[in-house]
Amino acid sequence: MAPQDFSPAQMAAPSYPADVQPLVFQYVLQLADTSLILAHRLSEWCGHGPVLEQDLAMANIALDLLGEARSYYQYAAELEGRGRTEDDLAYLRSAVEYRNPLLVEQPNGDFAHTVLRQFLFDVFHYELLIELKAGPDAHLAAIAEKSLKEAAYHRKWSAEWIIRLGDGTAESRQRLEKAMRTLWRYAAELTTPTPLEQRLHAANLLPDYADIQAKVAAYVAHVLAEATLPVPTDAFAQPGGKAGRHSEHLGYLLAELQYMQRTYPNLTW
Amino acid sequence: METLEQVLSPEAQFQARIDADIRIEPKDWMPDAYRKTLIRQISQHAHSELVGMLPEGNWITRAPSLKRKSILLAKVQDEAGHGLYLYSAAETLGTTRDQMLADLHSGKAKYSSIFNYPTLSWADMGCVGWLVDGAAILNQVPLCRTSYGPYARAMVRVCKEESFHQRQGFEIMQTLCEGAPVQKEMAQEALNRWWWPTLMMFGPKDSESPNTEQSMNWRIKRFTNDELRQKFVDMMVPQAEFLGLTVPDPTVQWNEARQGYDFGEVDWEEFWSVVKGNGLCNHDRLQARVQAHEEGAWVREAAMAHAKKRAEREGVGA
Amino acid sequence: MNQQEWPLWEVFIRSKQGLDHKHVGSLHAADAAMAVQNARDVYTRRLEGVSIWVVESKHIHASNPDEAAEFFDPAADKVYRHPTFYDVPDSIKHM
Repeated sequence: MAPQDFSPAQMAAPSYPADVQPLVFQYVLQLADTSLILAHRLSEWCGHGPVLEQDLAMANIALDLLGEARSYYQYAAELEGRGRTEDDLAYLRSAVEYRNPLLVEQPNGDFAHTVLRQFLFDVFHYELLIELKAGPDAHLAAIAEKSLKEAAYHRKWSAEWIIRLGDGTAESRQRLEKAMRTLWRYAAELTTPTPLEQRLHAANLLPDYADIQAKVAAYVAHVLAEATLPVPTDAFAQPGGKAGRHSEHLGYLLAELQYMQRTYPNLTW
Repeated sequence: METLEQVLSPEAQFQARIDADIRIEPKDWMPDAYRKTLIRQISQHAHSELVGMLPEGNWITRAPSLKRKSILLAKVQDEAGHGLYLYSAAETLGTTRDQMLADLHSGKAKYSSIFNYPTLSWADMGCVGWLVDGAAILNQVPLCRTSYGPYARAMVRVCKEESFHQRQGFEIMQTLCEGAPVQKEMAQEALNRWWWPTLMMFGPKDSESPNTEQSMNWRIKRFTNDELRQKFVDMMVPQAEFLGLTVPDPTVQWNEARQGYDFGEVDWEEFWSVVKGNGLCNHDRLQARVQAHEEGAWVREAAMAHAKKRAEREGVGA
Repeated sequence: MNQQEWPLWEVFIRSKQGLDHKHVGSLHAADAAMAVQNARDVYTRRLEGVSIWVVESKHIHASNPDEAAEFFDPAADKVYRHPTFYDVPDSIKHM
C-alpha cells in the first residue's frame, strides 16, 4: 500500500528550525485534509455512479487521493513528533481544525457538479505537485512524485468529462453551467496564499502561487474552450477553508467520517 | 466411416462436448434452454455484485481507520468490476446490459437475497467479508470450470480478485475479537444476525431445487445446494471457534460418522419471504439502483452525443 | 429520452513488454478514448498491463464455428510441418 513507500527508515524527517517546523506541519496537514476530504466525497459515489465503468473510475481516483492523504498524515505525524498517528490526525480533529479548501468539502450534487469540483481541483493539484516534486523537502517531494502520476490521470479524466458534458446535450451543458455558478467561487481559494503559505513561500519552502495560478487559468480556459463554455467572469472568490473557516457541510462529513473513533475512543480496528 | 456429427443430433453433440469437458464458446450452437438458463444465472450473479456494493458501500464513509477505508473502498470497487465482467460474459449470449438492468429494475430478475439484510455495525463488514464472501467463494470456485467459456473466464478473474475479500473480512473479525469487550460483543452480535442468512445463500434444499439436475448435466452448476451448504458449515464452525465466537445454532455438533457437522434447519419461511421481496432492505436496494441508473441517463446520453459530434467533426465513420 | 446504450468494446492487454496483447474481456464506452481509459480503470487495477488496445466489438470478424472442421482439421495431418517429424542423428549438434 502506498503510504508505506515513504517509511521513516527510508527518509528521515528534515530538521526544520523550531519556528518553521510547526508551519510545515500545518501545511502538510492542509495537504492531507484536502486529499482526504475529496476522497471521502468521491467515495460517496461508490455504488451509485451513472454507469458501472465510471463507478470504477471514481473509486480509483478516491483510492489515489486516500493513499496520498495517508502519506501526508504520516509525514505530518512525524514532523509533529508527539506520537500521534495518521488516524489521530484524521479522526480526532474538529471542523475548525481542518485546513482543506472549501471546494473539496462541497457536496457531490449531480455528476456535473462532481466532475467540475474534481476538474478545478485536479488542475491545481497537478501544478502544485510539479512544484512540490522539485521542492526542497525531500519527503514531500517523494510523495509528490508518486502522486503526480495519479493527478495527471485524474486531470485527464475530469477534463474529458468537462468537454463531454459542455459539448454534449443541452441538458448536460445546462447542468454544467449550473455547477459552475455554484462552484466557481471556491476555485480561487486554491491558489490564493494564506498567511501560512506566504510565510512558507518567504522561507523558500513553497513556490509562488502566482505562477501556479497562471498555469491553472490557462489550462482551465483551454478545456472550457473545448467544452464550448465561457470562462466565468464572476471575480468573487470565497475564502475560508484553508484558515479553518468552513461551510456547514464539513461538520456533517466529519460526523460520518469520525463516527467510529468518536463513539469508541482508543480502540484498534 | 460416419463421423460423430453425422450420427448425433445437435443436442446430443452438444451434450457430448460438455461431457468431454470441452468449453462452449459464444458462436457455437447451443440449445435455447441452455442459453436462457445461462443468461438468467450469469445476469443474476452480475446483479448480485451490483446490489452487493450497497450494504458495504454503506460503511465506506464510516470506516474506523484510513487503512480500513482504503481496503473497503477497493473491495466494493472490485464488486463493480465483477459485475462488469459478468454482464460482459452474459452479453456474449446475445442479451444487452441495458436489457439485463431493465429486468433487475422491474423486479423480473433476481439477485442474492443476502444483500437485502442491513449492515448495522462495523462488525458487519467483517461478517460480510468472512461469511458472505466465504459462501460466495464456495459457489464461485467450481464455476471457474463451468461449461460456458466466457463465464468460466470471468469467474477465474473474479476468484483471483476475490481472494483478498474473505481475508480482509476475517481480519476485521479477528481484530474485533482480540480487542475490547465492546468489540467482541459487536462481533458476536453481527455473527448472530448473519449466520442464518448466509446459510440461505446456497439456495433451497436439493429436494426443492428442480433445476439442479439439468444445470449439473450442463456443468453450469457443479455441486448441489446442500453439498455446498454442508461444506460451508464444516469450514466455518472451526473458524468461529478460533475467533472465540459462538455460531447461533445450538444443534451444531461434529458428526464423527459423517465426518461433518450436523446443523439446524434454515428458516425457509424467512428465505422465501425475502426472495419474494419482503426483506428489510429489498425496497431500498432496488430503489438505490433504479435511482442511480435514472440519474445517470443524461450523463450516458451526453457522452454519446459528444462522441457523435466529435466523430462527425473528425470525419470518422463518414 | 434517447436510451441508447454505449457501444461494447473488446479489450486487449499486454501484460509486460515483450508479450502479445491478449483479450481480457469487454466493456462499454461512448468513444475510443473513453474505452481506453475505462479499460485502464477496469482491467489494470492490479498491475495487469503496460499497454491497452480496444476495438469496438462490432468490428471483430470471426470464423464460423460450423466451418471449424474445414477450416482447421486439414492442418492435422501435416505432421511434416513440425520439427519432431524429422530424425536427426544424435551426433549432429545445433539443429
